[in-house]
Amino acid sequence: MPAAVEFQNVSRHFGSVRAVDGVDLSIAEGTFFAMLGPSGSGKTTCLRLISGFEQPTGGMIRIFGQDCSDVPPNRRNVNTVFQDYALFPHMNVRDNVAYGLMVKGVDKRTRHDRAEELLALVKLEGYGGRKPGELSGGQRQRVALARALINEPRVLLLDEPLGALDLKLREAMQDELKALQQRLGITFVFVTHDQGEALSMADQVAVFSEGRIAQIGTPAEIYEKPRTRFVADFVGSSNVLSAEMAASFGAPPRPVSLRPESVRIVDDGARIRGQVIALRYLGAGTRVVVAAPGGEISVFLPKGSSVPEQGREVGLAWDDQAMHVMEQG
Amino acid sequence: MRSDSRPPLILTVGAIAGLLFLHLPILLIFLYAFTTDERTYQFPPPGLTTQWFAVAWNRADIWPPLYLSLKVAALSTVMALILGTLCAAAMARTRFFGRDQISLLIILPIALPGIITGMSLRSAFSIMDIPFSTWTILMGHATFCIVIVFNNAVARFRRLSGSIVEASMDLGANGFQTFRHVILPNLGSALLAGGMLAFALSFDEVIVTTFTAGQQSTLPIWMLNELVRPRQRPVTNVVAIVVFVTTFVPILIAYYLTRGGSETAGGGK
Repeated sequence: MPAAVEFQNVSRHFGSVRAVDGVDLSIAEGTFFAMLGPSGSGKTTCLRLISGFEQPTGGMIRIFGQDCSDVPPNRRNVNTVFQDYALFPHMNVRDNVAYGLMVKGVDKRTRHDRAEELLALVKLEGYGGRKPGELSGGQRQRVALARALINEPRVLLLDEPLGALDLKLREAMQDELKALQQRLGITFVFVTHDQGEALSMADQVAVFSEGRIAQIGTPAEIYEKPRTRFVADFVGSSNVLSAEMAASFGAPPRPVSLRPESVRIVDDGARIRGQVIALRYLGAGTRVVVAAPGGEISVFLPKGSSVPEQGREVGLAWDDQAMHVMEQG
Repeated sequence: MRSDSRPPLILTVGAIAGLLFLHLPILLIFLYAFTTDERTYQFPPPGLTTQWFAVAWNRADIWPPLYLSLKVAALSTVMALILGTLCAAAMARTRFFGRDQISLLIILPIALPGIITGMSLRSAFSIMDIPFSTWTILMGHATFCIVIVFNNAVARFRRLSGSIVEASMDLGANGFQTFRHVILPNLGSALLAGGMLAFALSFDEVIVTTFTAGQQSTLPIWMLNELVRPRQRPVTNVVAIVVFVTTFVPILIAYYLTRGGSETAGGGK
């Protein structure tokens, strides 16, 4: 079975700017795929390459095995939930959702019935007659979702769909999106700069950096076995120990990622000692930054553990297997 | 800032006096269209009559200027609608080097005194050996009509989310369907308002027209010439009523169409 979306050495250059630079990836059908990266890393451009709003300057994109270089956006069986939702302001919710069927020439009754079904799917029954301007951010987001699903796409693209929502709503929508994807069984490609969102929702995560993919893997692989310093740092701000430090702790002489939650503050048996230079209260725990010889090390202390005072000297310890040797710095 | 207390009496009186000062002369124009005295504008009018409407109707010299004015206004509105919308689309949807400068150049004709526009066009026409005709008037009027349409359309384009066009394509619509179902409904009232204002401005324009008309006269120019003659004066007032109605009604409609939006409707002039 061909992959839902396949990139072969795809590039998109804008003049001298290499927005996407030699990307290879393969998204299996039915997966929830997250493209994670800071702004300007090329993830949104990749999404627009799939939807057809951008053309690659090099390489080939296949959707379900079919080369889609010459297929315009309106002929691709792919739909998008836009970052700003892009609802049509002059149409009511029902007509917004039914738009995809309207332009196909489906009669009014059928398309309105179908729109109501989709509104029910996103829990917006009875909102069909309202204008987008009368809805809250979360409701608009659901309308955008229903509208994008009406053509029964095999791939749904979501461009930072939760970015404009407040925290509480965002968490609720994360669960709903995940449940929806499992229910529909179609491929979701989800762009986000929020690593927590990517890790909690996706089956596969691609971490983007400067137009290239730094790492592709399951959330656990990305989090626990970051391949580069960038991935270690971007996905959960890990400590990165230099090659020399790693060697002194008995690891191979290569950069090593060490998760803050794997480090303990101890009195005896410390691997290294240093002074506490910053404390950050995070609710679920406290982040302690320790200035150790060779670099700063962050420690995450869960709620309930005793927090050292700022300026005090502490000893740090961790298990050997907590150190993940990376391929490059 | 808003307060619920009543404004001081002097402000109320001042405001009413100001409005009267602005609008009473217009009522006088209407009044003198019905006077029985044809040489002087004496007050109060010695008697009232509707005969001047019939006289005006039968005066052969009114019809060509009226026809010319309508034609010029209609054509420059159409021209402005097409060019102004295209300009606005380009300015609102793409970023390129010098965009702001070009945007300023488009708006400039409305900020320039009409006499400068008129003079520069006149010398340009004479340098290029273009004889004065309806087309030269049209070009003069287009300079400010385009701005009106542009201002209205660009404000609307900015309010529209750029991605709704992409959303339409994404959902399977072709270019024509996108224009018909998404762009036009969102631009429609702005274009109608812009077009009506442009029509009204063109219809009563005098300054630029005097420099670009040559031997022809539009209705406002005919009125200007007529005022210095002491013959059948109230006919001019009858024509003034016609001008008033043809320009005021579109402006009123334009005002109601763009109300509620924050866009600039007229933008001066």
